Amino acid sequence: MGDTKEQRYFKGSTDGKAPSRTDPLKGAKERYDLIVIGSGLGGLTAANLLARAGHSVAILEQHYNFGGLATWFKRRGGHVFDVSLHGFPVGMKKTCRKYWNAEIADSIQRLDGIRFENPQFTLDTEFTRADFTDKLVTVFGLERARVEAFYAELAGMNFYDDAGETVGQLFERHFPGRNDVHRLLLEPISYANGSTMEDPAIAYGIVFSNFMSQGVYTFQGGTDKLVRAMKAELEKNGVDLFNKVQVERVVVEGGAVRGVLAEGRFLGAHAVISNANLKSTVERLVGAEHVSPAFLAGVRGVRLNNSSTQVYLGIREGEELPWVTDLLFTSTRATFDSPALCDLHGESRTFSFYYPKTRPGSNRATIVSSTNARWSDWAHLDDAAYEREKARLVADTLDALDRHVPGVRAKIDHVEAATPRTFAFYTQHPEGTSFGTKFEGLQYSFDLPKEVRGLYHAGSVGIIMSGWLGAANYGVITANKADAFLRAELPEAPAKDVLVPRPAPLPAPLPQDTATTRQGTTA
Amino acid sequence: MTREEIIEAIKDIIHTIAPDEDLSNLNTSERLRDQIELDSMDFLDIVMELRKRYGVQIPEEEYKELATLDGCVAYLGPKLAGKSLKVGV
Repeated sequence: MGDTKEQRYFKGSTDGKAPSRTDPLKGAKERYDLIVIGSGLGGLTAANLLARAGHSVAILEQHYNFGGLATWFKRRGGHVFDVSLHGFPVGMKKTCRKYWNAEIADSIQRLDGIRFENPQFTLDTEFTRADFTDKLVTVFGLERARVEAFYAELAGMNFYDDAGETVGQLFERHFPGRNDVHRLLLEPISYANGSTMEDPAIAYGIVFSNFMSQGVYTFQGGTDKLVRAMKAELEKNGVDLFNKVQVERVVVEGGAVRGVLAEGRFLGAHAVISNANLKSTVERLVGAEHVSPAFLAGVRGVRLNNSSTQVYLGIREGEELPWVTDLLFTSTRATFDSPALCDLHGESRTFSFYYPKTRPGSNRATIVSSTNARWSDWAHLDDAAYEREKARLVADTLDALDRHVPGVRAKIDHVEAATPRTFAFYTQHPEGTSFGTKFEGLQYSFDLPKEVRGLYHAGSVGIIMSGWLGAANYGVITANKADAFLRAELPEAPAKDVLVPRPAPLPAPLPQDTATTRQGTTA
Repeated sequence: MTREEIIEAIKDIIHTIAPDEDLSNLNTSERLRDQIELDSMDFLDIVMELRKRYGVQIPEEEYKELATLDGCVAYLGPKLAGKSLKVGV
């Protein structure tokens, strides 16, 4: 990637986005079978599958990088920071092999170390069912049969089961009064997808069974290598990729998708998959007038998930980062509770240590600290207060890190903080949400095609369809539905160059205020 | 397609999805997921592949009809009538 050009384009969370000087839609066709809005892992995976199935597909991404929150950035001093590479379940390997290619799947490697350190317990774990069971017996003193019963119940949970019980109730039923056990079982999932004690046990159970069972995995070579490989695969399969393209709206006529309006230009499409946030898809891209009042009210009632803060710490070239672990869940808080994980200047954070092994051939290391966070704590700060809170976040993080890596400050030559405002700025997610919407969003995501024919959603919803694996798999689930629709609509036209002509008149000019989101960000 | 061809068609699709599984001794009346490692995403792949290769549309509420090979034969038989087997694609 051309560094200077990109840094000029996005100067940072308090700057505006400079308008592009070239036409970002250069080379775009008049129409596609399907347009994907947004290039998170769900959007990319859906696009790849549908292109492989023979449909003509374009991806429109507002940022200059493809990948959504699966992203990275470079900084002076040779630093490359991964934003969300922390770790994912082993299932990602199979998903990449099936829906991408062997090269991508083969770069997925297991992390060597995962550690918990808090006032209730300190332990290193392989993050497997066997090791968690051993730790719960030997460190926490639980009966083995009780632990096995917990694992067995969660493994037997089905997505369509009753969602009446909460995570907190599930924990109390199995391990009453054991806040330390609840911490071990929930903290990693909370950081992975924003789960809380109040969320449905069923959503937690499915993620737990996938995640806390066979270790934690990473992509060797870094996020940049992953996205580069995905981009090459998409191009090989004939997908047209466009970055720096702001989609103003999905054009709907007579209850059906006609295409999208992007950068003032109409692109026709038989179907659209929105990989944007569910609520912004309905309210901003589609428009309230194109869905039923009941659906709109339902979508408005869907809760957003929390946002995040991150602190990016670059180790100076030539300095060595001593081995601690790969992933460290750390807290100085005496006990565990879900809301406290999001507190402004809370006592809990995760450190992802990226040693040179992350990018074989490189001798560089970085550390990324992450917390969950609330938009409301950061959204309304004035400039001075915002800088003050960011400085405190950095100072607290360095203090916490120094306890694990004494003297680490002297080895660091780049420090940078991201807040919910930063996430909102770069992703355009409402309230900077890092994990989409809460559980209830899933039904509206599924039901969107019933409201607007040909419109599908594959953004993060409902905890299950979140994180790298959840997002990619949700892209597959949505692609399957879009493929069924396209094949029914265009029975003879899976060939890429045979497009069925269809009446698709240009939409009426839009009122000015629908096309101003580009300047509207104040993150 | 004959019964044998439908079974062959399904096995060929499963082979592309789960290449490491041994499909030579599958019991046709037992659930596929009880005999080989097939998760719900794999199942979705079977549905997509049937649509791609044979133009067969299967509504979501009828996915369960494909749980066993016998079920596949009974459910897909009418839909695959007059179509020819495509393997190794």
